[in-house]
Amino acid sequence: MHFDSFTAFLAMGNHGFYVWLSYGLTALIVIWNLLLPGLQRRRLLKQQAQRLRREKNHAPTA
Amino acid sequence: MWQWLKQLYHRLGSPKWFYDITGRWIPWLAGLSAVGTIIGLIWGLAYAPADYLQGNSFRIIYVHVPAALLAQSAYMMMAVAGAVYLIWKMKMAAWVAKVIAPVGASFCLIALLTGAIWGKPTWGTWWVWDARLTSMLLLLFLYFGVIALQKAMDSEESGFKAAAILALVGLVNIPIIKYSVEWWNTLHQPATLKLTEKPSMHPDMLIPLLIMIVTAYLFFALLVILRTRNEILWHERKRSWVKEILER
Repeated sequence: MHFDSFTAFLAMGNHGFYVWLSYGLTALIVIWNLLLPGLQRRRLLKQQAQRLRREKNHAPTA
Repeated sequence: MWQWLKQLYHRLGSPKWFYDITGRWIPWLAGLSAVGTIIGLIWGLAYAPADYLQGNSFRIIYVHVPAALLAQSAYMMMAVAGAVYLIWKMKMAAWVAKVIAPVGASFCLIALLTGAIWGKPTWGTWWVWDARLTSMLLLLFLYFGVIALQKAMDSEESGFKAAAILALVGLVNIPIIKYSVEWWNTLHQPATLKLTEKPSMHPDMLIPLLIMIVTAYLFFALLVILRTRNEILWHERKRSWVKEILER
């Protein structure tokens, strides 16, 4: 362990602001990228399932 | 070997095959990315020694370098996928090129933001218009251009074609980024890692960096696979195998 205490770890020897801002912004962009495909998938499956049901109900009866 | 490559090419061109096989890869890629991130970050942030010149601000390297490497690799993969689409009209290649663009742009943005933040305590400024920083900003704009072109055309196909051409033209920027720190006088430090030389870093600094780089590639693969699967579901929505998924 490089740091003596958790406070020292957070302070990063006066560079805490720069280090944690970098990691914070990176985390935001990473999380956004991770959530987006799941949300898209859920919306897509819902819409297409609805379309499929609609088409079935309105199918011409021979 | 040639037969095997041909077979792989045809399989990769099949959306259903891609969808099925990547479905099995997702948990592995997600798990390995998570483990790599945890180990790499704890090692790099808490156990690696401080840099003798830069102090603790150097710890930004563990997100900055992997993101910057990936932003460039992703761009090259996007251009190759675009070329495959232009030459062989493989639809899967166009979809992969399309989904790489926003992911690559995200990594490029991370590299630029963390670089600016790292620049402040190290150089005393957030930004300079030097060769490395400017060519990296150009990479971000190339990504934006590719994303915009994909949507700008009347038909999806011509959008993909225009975007692929721009991606290929923009490839000239990649060697410029790489050699910018050697060709021009710049504030940016030269490459920390070189394939041809023994690394000059302390192993406790170097190993977490290598872990973070590998992890970034795995995470990139995960994001591209997730987005490509959505693209497949949308384009194949009228096929029977997608209908089976929808009826579940």
